[in-house]
Amino acid sequence: MTVSQQTLDEIALSRTEYEMIIDRLGREPAPLELGLFGALWSEHCGYKHTKALLRTLPSSSKRLLVAPGAENAGVIDLGDGLAIAMKIESHNHPSAVEPFEGAATGVGGIIRDIFAMGARPIALLNSLRFGQPDNARTRYLLNGVIGGISSYGNCIGIPDVGGEIFFSDSYNGNPLVNAMCVGLIENGKVASASAREAGDLLLLVGADTGRDGIHGASGLASKGFEEEAEMRSAVQVGNPFLEKVLIEACMEALELPGVVGLQDCGAAGITSAAIEMAERSGMGLKLFIDRVPRREKGMTPYEVMLSESQERMLIAVTPGGETKVFELFDRWDLDASVIGEFELGSNVKIYDEGEQVCSTPVITLTDSPEYKLASSKPAWLDALQKVNMNAIPMPSMPPTKVMLKMLGSPNIASRFPIYQQYDYHVQTNTVIEPGGDAAVLRLKGSKKGIAISTDCNSRICYLDPSIGASIAVAEACRNISATGAAPIALTDGLNFGNPETPDVQYQLTESIAGITRAADAFNIPIVSGNASMYNESLGSAIFPTPIIGSLGLLEDAEIHATVGFKSQEDIIVLIGTDSCWDEINDIAGSEYLELIHGKVEGQPRLDLDLEVRTQEVCRKAIKAGLVTSAHDVSDGGIAVAIAECSIIGGIGAVITKALPKRWDAGMFGESQSRILLSLDNKNIDQLESIALSHNVPMTIIGFVKGDSLEFGDSLSIPLTVASEAWQNGFNLATSE
Amino acid sequence: MKFGIVVFPGTWSEKDTQYAVSGVLGYASDYIWHDDDNLDQYDVIVLPGGFSYGDFLRCGAIARFSPVMEAVRIFADNGGPVIGICNGFQILCESNLLPGVLMRNDHLEFRCIWTDLRVENTSTIFTSKATEGQLLHIPMSHGEGNYQADEETISRLENNGQVIFRYSDTSGNVTSQINPNGSVNNIAGIINERGNVLGMMPHPEKASEKLIGSDDGNIIFKSLIENTITSLK
Repeated sequence: MTVSQQTLDEIALSRTEYEMIIDRLGREPAPLELGLFGALWSEHCGYKHTKALLRTLPSSSKRLLVAPGAENAGVIDLGDGLAIAMKIESHNHPSAVEPFEGAATGVGGIIRDIFAMGARPIALLNSLRFGQPDNARTRYLLNGVIGGISSYGNCIGIPDVGGEIFFSDSYNGNPLVNAMCVGLIENGKVASASAREAGDLLLLVGADTGRDGIHGASGLASKGFEEEAEMRSAVQVGNPFLEKVLIEACMEALELPGVVGLQDCGAAGITSAAIEMAERSGMGLKLFIDRVPRREKGMTPYEVMLSESQERMLIAVTPGGETKVFELFDRWDLDASVIGEFELGSNVKIYDEGEQVCSTPVITLTDSPEYKLASSKPAWLDALQKVNMNAIPMPSMPPTKVMLKMLGSPNIASRFPIYQQYDYHVQTNTVIEPGGDAAVLRLKGSKKGIAISTDCNSRICYLDPSIGASIAVAEACRNISATGAAPIALTDGLNFGNPETPDVQYQLTESIAGITRAADAFNIPIVSGNASMYNESLGSAIFPTPIIGSLGLLEDAEIHATVGFKSQEDIIVLIGTDSCWDEINDIAGSEYLELIHGKVEGQPRLDLDLEVRTQEVCRKAIKAGLVTSAHDVSDGGIAVAIAECSIIGGIGAVITKALPKRWDAGMFGESQSRILLSLDNKNIDQLESIALSHNVPMTIIGFVKGDSLEFGDSLSIPLTVASEAWQNGFNLATSE
Repeated sequence: MKFGIVVFPGTWSEKDTQYAVSGVLGYASDYIWHDDDNLDQYDVIVLPGGFSYGDFLRCGAIARFSPVMEAVRIFADNGGPVIGICNGFQILCESNLLPGVLMRNDHLEFRCIWTDLRVENTSTIFTSKATEGQLLHIPMSHGEGNYQADEETISRLENNGQVIFRYSDTSGNVTSQINPNGSVNNIAGIINERGNVLGMMPHPEKASEKLIGSDDGNIIFKSLIENTITSLK
């Protein structure tokens, strides 16, 4: 055995996997080959621990134009010759090491996945998780990540319209940075990341290749976290200007007759991009590695193959077509070089200065091992689920105090301090800006609009990974439905700990089952996704965080609902329940339980049938023009939802239903499937008949009125005071 | 009557501008590539927003050397109307077509917010369709929009009525609290002495339809269109 343990560790391959390689090749791999295996068999590229599970996710839909996994992103049809490519992707580990560049290049990477499909990127969203906000390192990470997203996204001219941010001890030392991009494809012009025929040329376009990001996929993203402080050089550096120019040049290139394929150079650089392209084309590939333009001298073929330098794309061109591509890229002051040629056969052959340095069967490289490990429900989870919520004491503070504390919680307070740093107007399609339940964009040249959102309550997922993941889907769809749009597709960003441990394997398996069950209930496909494993530090896994990105379709962008109350005397109605107030068991996993009592425990619940029906009633009511506002009830429960509608609308609310004895549970319980509507009295009967026909309970809980929040005799807060708590909460929690 | 919309590498508001002037208002427009120096067929030149050349070195500092900018200077010298929006304003300042500089926002952060611009002078080709003191609800989106110039320049601008937009609150009060970037005297937009070159940080092209929040930006483009057509007759 010639390979050292140190070499294997560097590329995160096990001894068994090394032997598997020898077995498949019938010989020892050359050092360069071993690097290719390390990258392609990494968790990040090879999905070793997740691909068996991912295959079980629902992916069928009449609207599906490109299936998940088939290309860089899934594509869903909107009708009218329009289609959407969308995907969410993590950049957790780079962001933990170098938050600014880690987050920036995360945004850059997901954008490339989208325009590789021939789609014009029209929206970005960011789903972020951090440790406790009063921790100095959290603040450093938070400022770096927001700065990186702001710097990259603003420069590139794609509006950043939504996302979430959540703080919990669980992410101390291991933040999550998931970026989602949505792109619009016109006239069925979907691009493919493949060549057409033997003889087609492979062009590398965009940035020069440097030593940055080597072992990013295999090292940073695919193993434990302890030595990462020394891995800063494995984080790439982004240049949004270059990417902006690259998008324009590539979009133009797709119009050229000789251009047949476009592929993103992402994790594992040219290795992954070129070899995946060969696999997808069913061909062999000759790569002339010495022709790759380099940023520095003396780079070895190994370094060039594994560099994760940003802002690079591969283009497949029919012979003779390259001249036009050169002219085009020259106009944009970008490099374009022929670095390879597709051929009949099944091997990838790499040449350096005329000498063949590697010839390896493509399928051997891409067919990474597949592990399905045993999972079992951890005993600690049983104990957490069985905690009796009645044992939680009443808060020592009165309702007013608790309400203000909740509104100021960093998990609930207004996100305006963050999103005012992102451009959310550029491209002039933004109908509902960040701060609503979902962002709504109109589509120029069509009456239609889309709604987009991300969601995942990881506390709930921790307490019950299966129900929690179903709730993530339900909430991501509820956000969409609360604007009036119908959910039509999902993308999933799976963020978990070490999948080789039984506990995490259980969380992963159950979460996928939960996503599947909910997506089936809504009858919508998961069109793309990403899995990020090994998110842990000091041996403790993060909360399971299956982030769901959702896409909804509005037949008419003009007909939508927003969160804020609109008119004095409107009636406030809660649909999805016949009780205004939650019961004690509904505080399981709630923000209230953690913020006030410091506990994460209990058994979350979800009735998927009711959820689907409730959302349908909401959409129908909006479409019929019955309601003046709609807001999803989630973190902080009904009391916080009412306050948000009032603060955003600038009008008070009078809640006429008396608070129950356990007012804390009533106000701040987080039972699912509830949407808060406000409407003119004259429309109540019509709403009632829609609700009745869908067997959805509803209850009138009060009036839009005055300039304060009034809950019977129990709570009275001037709107200005509530607003101040909510507006300032984020900055107060995250500053010294 | 045709708009020429200049595109530098890194410009991103050219499509929004074209949508506003052609898609919404129905006037002809073309993109002008940064190395093109022939502006003969255009009646109005727009330098749109974005990050030309990635804002490397200093916003607008590289774009000013593009061949098109010499042509824009001649166009302006001949009295042709030029409007620079956001990055376009920065380029106009770097090119000395407008006085002053746009520094980093005083709070050091990028800001994307809706602003209310108080119209300070309605006797310009850019504001003739507005009323004195009217508030235009128009979004801004920049990290470097803090307008500064020496005292003499500021008092000249103020005395000549060259300050045409100021950041104000929703009641029309110009206060330091509402100042989003530290600009001296809440200046959001200025014109040159001759009155044919406008630079402004907020984006009128992003306020072209009520569906996306406001159509107040059209007041500026409509003023420009009406005055240009009149001058062409």
